[in-house]
Amino acid sequence: MRVVYVDNNATTKVAPEVLEVMMPYFSDYYGNPSSMHFFGGQVQRKVNEAREKVADLLGADASEIVFTSCGTESDNAAILGTVDSYPEKRHFVTSRVEHPAVGNVATYLTRKGYKVNELSVDREGQLDLDELKEALTDQTAVVSIMYANNETGVIFPVEKIGEIVKSKGIPFHTDAVQTAGKIPLNMKKSTVDMLSISGHKLHAPKGIGVLYIRKGTKFSPFLIGGHQEKGRRGGTENVPYIVALGKACELARKNMNDENMRVKALRDYLEQRILEKIPNTLVNGDRSNRLPNTLNVSFEYVEGESILLLLSDLGICASSGSACTSGSLEPSHVLRAMGVPFTAAHGSIRFSLSIYNTKEEMDYIIENLPPIIQRLRDISPFWKDYLKSQGKK
Amino acid sequence: MWEYTDKVKDHFLNPRNVGEIEDADGAGEVGSLACGDALRLTFKLDEKKRIKDAKFKTFGCASAIASSSALTEIIKGMTLDEATKVTNQDIANYLGGLPEEKMHCSVMGREALETAIAHYRGQKVVKEDFEVVCKCFGVTDREIIKAIRENDLKTVEQVTYYTKAGGGCAKCHPKIEALIEQTRKEMEKEKPPAKPERKKLTNIQKIKLVEETLGREIIPALKADGGDLELIDIEGNRVLVALRGKCSFCPSSEVTLKQYVESKLREFVSDDIEVEEVRA
Repeated sequence: MRVVYVDNNATTKVAPEVLEVMMPYFSDYYGNPSSMHFFGGQVQRKVNEAREKVADLLGADASEIVFTSCGTESDNAAILGTVDSYPEKRHFVTSRVEHPAVGNVATYLTRKGYKVNELSVDREGQLDLDELKEALTDQTAVVSIMYANNETGVIFPVEKIGEIVKSKGIPFHTDAVQTAGKIPLNMKKSTVDMLSISGHKLHAPKGIGVLYIRKGTKFSPFLIGGHQEKGRRGGTENVPYIVALGKACELARKNMNDENMRVKALRDYLEQRILEKIPNTLVNGDRSNRLPNTLNVSFEYVEGESILLLLSDLGICASSGSACTSGSLEPSHVLRAMGVPFTAAHGSIRFSLSIYNTKEEMDYIIENLPPIIQRLRDISPFWKDYLKSQGKK
Repeated sequence: MWEYTDKVKDHFLNPRNVGEIEDADGAGEVGSLACGDALRLTFKLDEKKRIKDAKFKTFGCASAIASSSALTEIIKGMTLDEATKVTNQDIANYLGGLPEEKMHCSVMGREALETAIAHYRGQKVVKEDFEVVCKCFGVTDREIIKAIRENDLKTVEQVTYYTKAGGGCAKCHPKIEALIEQTRKEMEKEKPPAKPERKKLTNIQKIKLVEETLGREIIPALKADGGDLELIDIEGNRVLVALRGKCSFCPSSEVTLKQYVESKLREFVSDDIEVEEVRA
């Protein structure tokens, strides 16, 4: 069956170049980087090279890069590691639209007796910076606010947020899992103290992440063990995946322009044609501050899981913020926080593109989507009611 | 990704009986846009008061659409009394099962049917008479108790899977827990007292016991009405008997055999006894 993969915010294909460079580190160069012999030493050099490449993508110093197992670990380590460094401070500030890797840490801290502020977002998915200012106190241990939203692609004004947070002397973490490789980052000129990225969102394998920790940031290790990662994260280095991530970051830097020009153009084309061809469709999220690859659209009066399965039947892989797909009974917390009406929230679909997508694939989606929506609307009791209310037959 | 059966996929991709009957005899709608699924069921009866046609319109996920389609197929040809007995398990079974998290789709089907039948009969299902336990999804105590009973539910999580109750803010979880405890206690009381475990009988023991039971419990009662019965043979769990006296030409002898003789033998000998009449 033909596969049109437009679910790249969920995970991405490992780039062939990445796969090629990582393979020898399984069974040819399998030494432990910590070993004293040449066999480990040659691997250590490769790990350092990879660390440099990751640092280059982030505009950071290699010593500020800590390899972890995934984005979730990076988020957990940043928040819990900082909270641990300031045991007297019992306040945490985040947003209502975070990934569960941050959102559920907030729940955990609440249970532990912390005061937690979850900042609201407006209909466009944007924060109110005044609310942030008011939330901060001298008790705030750390602020964690995502760089770009995984569901809508909405980009937060992270540098402005950082300015406000830093002006109070509070450490600032951002989950940039969806951002790295899609928009340029420069930690040298940034107000961010800690930043999480995940390998498999930028064409490296699943199972590797990074936590950037600015020099001088107070931090207690989350995984306690050996001296690896300068004592900031115990555990023998996952060498093949670290090498892979280094290569993926190098490619991401090279492809950044393509991502922002060609991929964005494809996304815009898809968005425009969908809006033209399908009535009662709306785009979720601030369109002027959005990742170049992400499109979140709602089709009124139909349900997301049904759309996804009919798309899937044609080989089109997307995702949805509907209740039924999440395994919960309520639609996505992000869309609810934005106040997307129920008529639309249950019928939201996210298309997230990558550099591997083509215009021909967009045309395939555009050709097949309208009949799918029409078919489900014909089954939906509310569509007929809506047409009646509009005086149409 | 959900593990749907081929039958669910088939009824989702090729739903049967989509639409609305304009001059329907019964119509019922449950669910809402806010809840994420809704089902509008209409049916038409024939002159013998059997469901001649049933149609649905559904807003919801694949299993909601498949459950609705299955429901219409199940009830076509049924009398309303038969249709009232359709449970959510029947719908799920028809589809070869649903993922447990999706069982509420089958419950929605059963509720729409109940509402449509009540509509035809001029009854009203008044929600106000019952306490709304889950405010997020508007689920009443009546619906929760019914789901617990029909599906033998034991946990809050299961109640959520089957009714959606408790799937939102979770504030009603203690109340649901109390309903589960209370309902299960009632169910326990209603259950016939558990019989002591029986030992497996040898053939000889079984034959002896059948003879004893016939002689002590059954034949004297039949004789009191002028009838009689003779044991002809025992083959495994089949007890072959011949009716004598008045019983041999009694029009209700079939009932006597099954409901009296068989049930007595099951009570005293073994649960799997089948009584058959032989002419000899």
